[in-house]
Amino acid sequence: MAQVATANQGMWTGGKSPFKVEYGKLMMWYFLMSDAFTFGAFLISYGTIRFSTNSWPDPNHVFRSFPIVGEMHIPLAFVSLMTFILIMSSVTMVLAVGAGHEMNRKEVLKWLGWTILGGIAFLSCQAWEWTHLYHEGAWWGHNPFMNIDGTMSSTNFTNFFFTITGFHGFHVLSGVVINIIMFIMTYKGVFDRRGHYLMIEKAGLYWHFVDLVWVFVFTCFYLF
Amino acid sequence: MENAHVAAVPHTHAHDEAHTFDRKAIWRTFRILLYITVFELILAITYYEIEFSNPHLVKHLLNGVFVILTLAKAFFIIAEFMHLRHEIRNLILSISIPALLFIWFITAFLWDGNSYKNLRNTYDKHYKEHATEKVEQKEPAKPGEKEEPGKLQ
Repeated sequence: MAQVATANQGMWTGGKSPFKVEYGKLMMWYFLMSDAFTFGAFLISYGTIRFSTNSWPDPNHVFRSFPIVGEMHIPLAFVSLMTFILIMSSVTMVLAVGAGHEMNRKEVLKWLGWTILGGIAFLSCQAWEWTHLYHEGAWWGHNPFMNIDGTMSSTNFTNFFFTITGFHGFHVLSGVVINIIMFIMTYKGVFDRRGHYLMIEKAGLYWHFVDLVWVFVFTCFYLF
Repeated sequence: MENAHVAAVPHTHAHDEAHTFDRKAIWRTFRILLYITVFELILAITYYEIEFSNPHLVKHLLNGVFVILTLAKAFFIIAEFMHLRHEIRNLILSISIPALLFIWFITAFLWDGNSYKNLRNTYDKHYKEHATEKVEQKEPAKPGEKEEPGKLQ
């Protein structure tokens, strides 16, 4: 780990490093910043439309189904499972980063593997949810759900739901692909030869960001 | 060799490094996130189970609670999982100060949406009438007669 630190400092030749992180990690932070504003713009436009509408469909009515069991009496059960999976995969990602600091290839592979599985599990859940809603007649431009006060709803609800969860799902998918690439590189010993596992940290930052966005998507679509 | 390196690294830095491996802190963060999420769900479900005399007010208060809890979760993810709390001040500030733009962003746009609603309800009688008219529950889609959701008419 000390070697990592010296390797870090070796990159900066302009005196005291202003951020004390390597270039790639700083750029990842800046990228995530811009991505946060993209997601922010999506969610805020959703909020604006919702605030400009007299009523909106009831999430507890829309998201009440669970695979195999069918319609449960506990609403939001399935989405809680999805949230749990994503938080859990964030934890395994931190453990992979930690193992990378210790240059422990086996542990990195183990935790990265669990993170990839978590990501795939989340995507499968989302695929099921989308398919289920599609069969209920919900899609872009089609909204079978009434507003909570019994008035006619517009298609804004489904349009925003599918666009934003789709955009998030695409982020999860790219996160899984990045993690798979990291897994292969670790397996081949690329980082051992390089002398540090900083690449895992950057992939980790991206993965946590995906989790972070889900926290907001969860609140905006399922709780409000 | 390794020992010599460790000795050469200043004490504060070694302390920072030690933070990274703090598995207890990771699991503590996980538990906090889990508890907050479960608490949010309990609140959401309880709200639908109980009949309130003033459901709108309760829902608004509840949404306020959800905002606070969501921000708390975001803080823990960014600070602990993304490790920002343990980075140096320059980095923390260059990430968090631009993020403050969101305060204006959210306030301005939601305000605008709300104002548009009020304007339409006040001046567009046709819209108001249409938007407050109760309709029958739509027929649940049956396989045979269901419109194809994927196809736009």
